[in-house]
Amino acid sequence: MDTNQYLEIFIDESKEHLQAMNEHLLQLEKDPTNINIVNEVFRSAHTLKGMSATMGYEDLANLTHKLENVLDAIRNHKISVTLEIMDTVFSSVDDLEAMVHDISSGGEGKRDVTEVVTKLLQIEQGELVSSIAASSEGKQETSETETGLQYDEFERTVIEQSKEQGFTCYEVVVSLRADCVLKAARVFMVFDVLEKCGEVIKSVPASEQLEEEKFDEHFTVTLLTKEPVEDIQEKVKKVSEVDNVKITEISNSATLAPEQQPEVKAETTSEEPKKAEEKQAEKKPVVKKAEENKGSKQAVSNKTIRVNIERLDILMNLFEELVIDRGRLESISGELNHSELNETVERMSRISGDLQNIILNMRMVPVETVFNRFPKLVRQLSRDLGKQINLEIIGAETELDRTVIDEIGDPLVHLIRNAGDHGIEMPDDRVAKGKPAEGTIKLKAYHSGNHVFIEIEDDGAGINKDKVLKKALDKGIVTEEQALSLDDRQIFELIMASGFSTADVISDLSGRGVGLDVVKTTIESLGGSITIDSVEGAGSTFLIQLPLTLSIISVMLVEVEKEKYAIPLSSIIETAIVKKDEILNAHDQQVIDFRGKVVPLLFLDDIFTVPKQENDDRFYSVVIVRKGEKMAGLVVDSFIGQQEVVLKGLGNYLTNVFAISGATILGDGQVALIVDCNALIK
Amino acid sequence: MSETSTSTAVKVIAFQLLDKEYALPVNQVHSIEKLMHITRVPGTVPFVKGVINLRGVVTPIIDLRNRFGLSDEQYDDTTRIIIAALDDMEVGLIVDGANDVLDIPVEAIEPQPEVVGSLGDEYITGVAKLEKRLLIMLSLEKIFK
Repeated sequence: MDTNQYLEIFIDESKEHLQAMNEHLLQLEKDPTNINIVNEVFRSAHTLKGMSATMGYEDLANLTHKLENVLDAIRNHKISVTLEIMDTVFSSVDDLEAMVHDISSGGEGKRDVTEVVTKLLQIEQGELVSSIAASSEGKQETSETETGLQYDEFERTVIEQSKEQGFTCYEVVVSLRADCVLKAARVFMVFDVLEKCGEVIKSVPASEQLEEEKFDEHFTVTLLTKEPVEDIQEKVKKVSEVDNVKITEISNSATLAPEQQPEVKAETTSEEPKKAEEKQAEKKPVVKKAEENKGSKQAVSNKTIRVNIERLDILMNLFEELVIDRGRLESISGELNHSELNETVERMSRISGDLQNIILNMRMVPVETVFNRFPKLVRQLSRDLGKQINLEIIGAETELDRTVIDEIGDPLVHLIRNAGDHGIEMPDDRVAKGKPAEGTIKLKAYHSGNHVFIEIEDDGAGINKDKVLKKALDKGIVTEEQALSLDDRQIFELIMASGFSTADVISDLSGRGVGLDVVKTTIESLGGSITIDSVEGAGSTFLIQLPLTLSIISVMLVEVEKEKYAIPLSSIIETAIVKKDEILNAHDQQVIDFRGKVVPLLFLDDIFTVPKQENDDRFYSVVIVRKGEKMAGLVVDSFIGQQEVVLKGLGNYLTNVFAISGATILGDGQVALIVDCNALIK
Repeated sequence: MSETSTSTAVKVIAFQLLDKEYALPVNQVHSIEKLMHITRVPGTVPFVKGVINLRGVVTPIIDLRNRFGLSDEQYDDTTRIIIAALDDMEVGLIVDGANDVLDIPVEAIEPQPEVVGSLGDEYITGVAKLEKRLLIMLSLEKIFK
């Protein structure tokens, strides 16, 4: 079977199921007696098993199968959830993740899992022996035998679930007339009718064979529905050439009690003997069905399709071209001053503006996709460190551009590890300090203006300023004189200076330090910033500020002599015209008094060494920009106006140009450089 | 360059700087453009003239005369920008004129004679004699450095 075309879907869905398993397992750990959660995990595991078996990943299917057995035992109250079991289950999910990862990077999904498998078997069998001795129901055995029965077991799960939701399960035996010519067409019509009444979960023979007309006159369909028997009978009979319809209800005991299992099986198989492979083949559609079934309930309010991210990127690139041409059109129509043209261009600008919002929104992904791996990370962390850590996530639904999401994961992992490792103290110490034994790491995401903020807050030991300062002096990061003038925040920021941390300082420093410079660099390369607040003894907060999107930004275009520069609107506070005699001199620095604050002036023509002609304007055009709380006034020759531009890099050849963060293409086809205000303000 | 050793003839783009002819393997050249507006990028080395908008891609530009330490000259109608690419870097080279695509037999390429002298010989990978013409083969790696 050529499965390549399904590979992508398989990988996507496997990842989703694994994520769902992780989430539910974490819930289960907090609420070990809740069988509903086990059921959720079981369902994910089962779907995963079905999918991987169909795709031919035996190892994956085997391990999932073992895992499923353990889950089944938990579900049937044969095993109670203990920490050891959870550990084993988690580590087997880890292995599954590794396998799926291997598959997605082109591998075979093979992995040595004997250790985990043995543990799973021990858990399962250790309990099995006692349960059989207690002569309880032998359900475990059915799942233990060959895969054919697994299918029935799954069917039972689905039926059981649906019954809880008020569905009734019927077996519909449809007989077609002996002289029926287009049997497949009739089958299709019958299925069509039945699927309108409810959910078809199984058919004998399998749907593939029905399509190929590989059956006599009868076939059996298992249907989950809320409609009465008579209605269904009536509806199916309306299909031409249907001879007879027999509907029997499958009662609880018939499907669920294992003793009767063989009978049910005999009943269904008597129609047409099934071979093992056929069942295998049949498994896929059934599994899919169940999933759709599940999906359709959630999908009512939220219909989605999967789109390859590459296509969205192409769409974005094309749209960027359009934005450039829009700028060009705007400038042409401005010159021509033709009213109809102006109108059309205005309309087009508005529409493309809407389009831009939609495209940008399409690329927005909730930070949840990054956050959802943290609960497990923190669990592992607390187990490894012997600390009690509780992770609180707030605002996981906050959306960010996918390009940012892709980059932000690793820095966050770093910061959370850091908070757990160096922030949160050992339980005893915490109690001694009068804090609850369990430490809390709060992960909070929220929008504010054109930015997204992510906060990582812990209630741990905080940062010891003196130690940080001492370390920084030892390492030669700051000089004695500099050290004296640093404020608290600047001292905290030293821990993110490159060269601050080495492996051996961590242990003797109550603060932090593992590769935080990398975190800082990554965030800054995304156009964001990170600040630290800390109170010694009470905890620390790392605040990350990120731009909403990286590709289209609003800028203010300014002119310096004949050159045009773009200043990101996000860093502009306002613009002002300043009289020459209002400029004051503070030592070497020219400053202005701006709303009661002293703001230093920076002359863009000096900074960018623009070839200049002498002029003696009595007024200066000043753009007031900020970095954090600090401000500066950029002196330019004139303001051109505000514009949406597409952010482009300067190419791989020109990297690290001072105070230039990128370039953009203007309406006239020329390149304008984007000023990096963060680099201008020290 | 690996091509020169494996095939019998190598296709090159020939271009002029002052009175000399230079050549780059055709597979390193993406396109040849007429001179267009160059946006100066402040704070870069002098031979980087700035960036251009190459069909929506911001591309940096090097003036080869400056790069080789030759005398400056006004750009004119024959001035061209050769868009050359090495690995993932795409850079435009300003030259006095580019108009020839040639096949040079491998045998015609000789290593740089040691006494050839002053003109940026560290950028040269070899010299090709073709009838009466002398083509100087350039190395992009060295130019981009």
